[in-house]
Amino acid sequence: MTNLNLATAAALNLTTPSEQTTSTAKITARNLNFYYDKFHALKDIRMDIPEKRVTAIIGPSGCGKSTLLRIFNRIYSIYPKLEARGEVMLDGENILDPRYPLNRLRSKVGMVFQKPVPFPMSIFDNIAYGIKHYERLSRADMDVRVEQALRQAAIWDEVKDKLKGSALGLSGGQQQRLCIARAIALRPEVILFDEPTSALDPIATGKIEQLVEELKRDFTIAIVTHNMQQAARCSDYTAFMYLGELIEFGETETMFTRPSKQQTEDYITGRFG
Amino acid sequence: MPETTAAHEHIIKSYDTELTRLLTEITSMGQLASEQLKLAATAVEERDSELAARVVQGDAAIDALEHEVSHDVLRLLALRQPIARDLRDVLAALRIAADIERIGDYAANVAKRSIALNQAMPMRPAAALPQLAQVAGAMLRDVLEAYRRNDAEAAIEVWKRDVQLDTLYTAMFRELLTYMMEDPRNITPCTHLLFMAKNIERIGDHATNIAENVYFLVHAKPLTGERRKNDHTSAVIS
Repeated sequence: MTNLNLATAAALNLTTPSEQTTSTAKITARNLNFYYDKFHALKDIRMDIPEKRVTAIIGPSGCGKSTLLRIFNRIYSIYPKLEARGEVMLDGENILDPRYPLNRLRSKVGMVFQKPVPFPMSIFDNIAYGIKHYERLSRADMDVRVEQALRQAAIWDEVKDKLKGSALGLSGGQQQRLCIARAIALRPEVILFDEPTSALDPIATGKIEQLVEELKRDFTIAIVTHNMQQAARCSDYTAFMYLGELIEFGETETMFTRPSKQQTEDYITGRFG
Repeated sequence: MPETTAAHEHIIKSYDTELTRLLTEITSMGQLASEQLKLAATAVEERDSELAARVVQGDAAIDALEHEVSHDVLRLLALRQPIARDLRDVLAALRIAADIERIGDYAANVAKRSIALNQAMPMRPAAALPQLAQVAGAMLRDVLEAYRRNDAEAAIEVWKRDVQLDTLYTAMFRELLTYMMEDPRNITPCTHLLFMAKNIERIGDHATNIAENVYFLVHAKPLTGERRKNDHTSAVIS
């Protein structure tokens, strides 16, 4: 693990020594380039995702933020003609190395998408399904694991009496928390959120944001969002991307009060063309 | 801080319109306050009680503008949720409006006391008051121009000039003290003059507050460093 921010900040000549933190980086991207066939989508990304902190990735549509997030668990590899070059180190190991087992990566790095996609099965089975791929648990142990995950995702009280009921009957916000529980159940170390609340109402959004705040005690979180206020509210660090480049990375408070780059300021204040 | 300060227009045009409106309101407030101070000084100089009464009444217009600024700031915060430079714009407007409102109060107070002063015989120290008002008025005009142009350097210059006003005020304080010691019948008019001078000295302090806000607006950090003070009157014992 490397000292958080130092490399990123030094590369971008951003933070003053007093602003640097002593947190460590869980994920470090170096010379990261990504291609959708011939389209160069990410250009020389150098960035640290700090451990047990929330990092928001913001930027206009098409800037590469979701692409970056999807590299962190190599989800792109299911599509042909997509190629990532460079290094993405997770706890010191390069996850882009084809020898890095995908199963291991997916168990360490969970992902929650924009639209909740519960499996068409019971609430209980939605959680148990993934666990069964990795572990053989007794019925009693499985019950405990499912309850733990649902509690941690702050949805247990709402579903405890209908665990055998279909997950499709839950509201959008509940479905999203169920998906978070499903990710948590595998005991990952990193959770990636790709616009997790864009389909939710403000109350459900508030619950997810509160949950993110609680989850950072145990997990490293990266969240892609179009909602500036959400990034400001939820994250400890913010990365601003534009046209496939990382323009600025810094503490969220600094990024939203006195960003270093004019492009960042223009974007967060709604001046971007 | 961004590398350049050139602010582009917002994608939502009405946001710019609202911010511009705030700037216009502050500018109007500042012009009114400057004019009030100037008229108050003229009222003192020419012993014109009618003019002084008009200045006292005129303060209501500044107060009304401050209410408008407060209302617009509240609206902007609630509806636009400004951040970064926009947030500083809004906060600076709120703070500067409060400073100008106080400046207006002080100008009205000078005018009000001049009416009382006109009941007594003319006094020589009263002649120094317009000069004091002129220095404070120039500070106010310059700092408002610095605000309008987002010019932090010009704001610092005003900030530094407060020491001149302090020096003039201290000199006037001593002179008035001498007059009062010479003849107890001078105590009433001199006390009025002392309060009037203090009011003008406070106008200078509010102008420096505005300068600090302009600096914060531009640089996103407070103006630090000790400001030179030449108002030693609080330590005078005889």
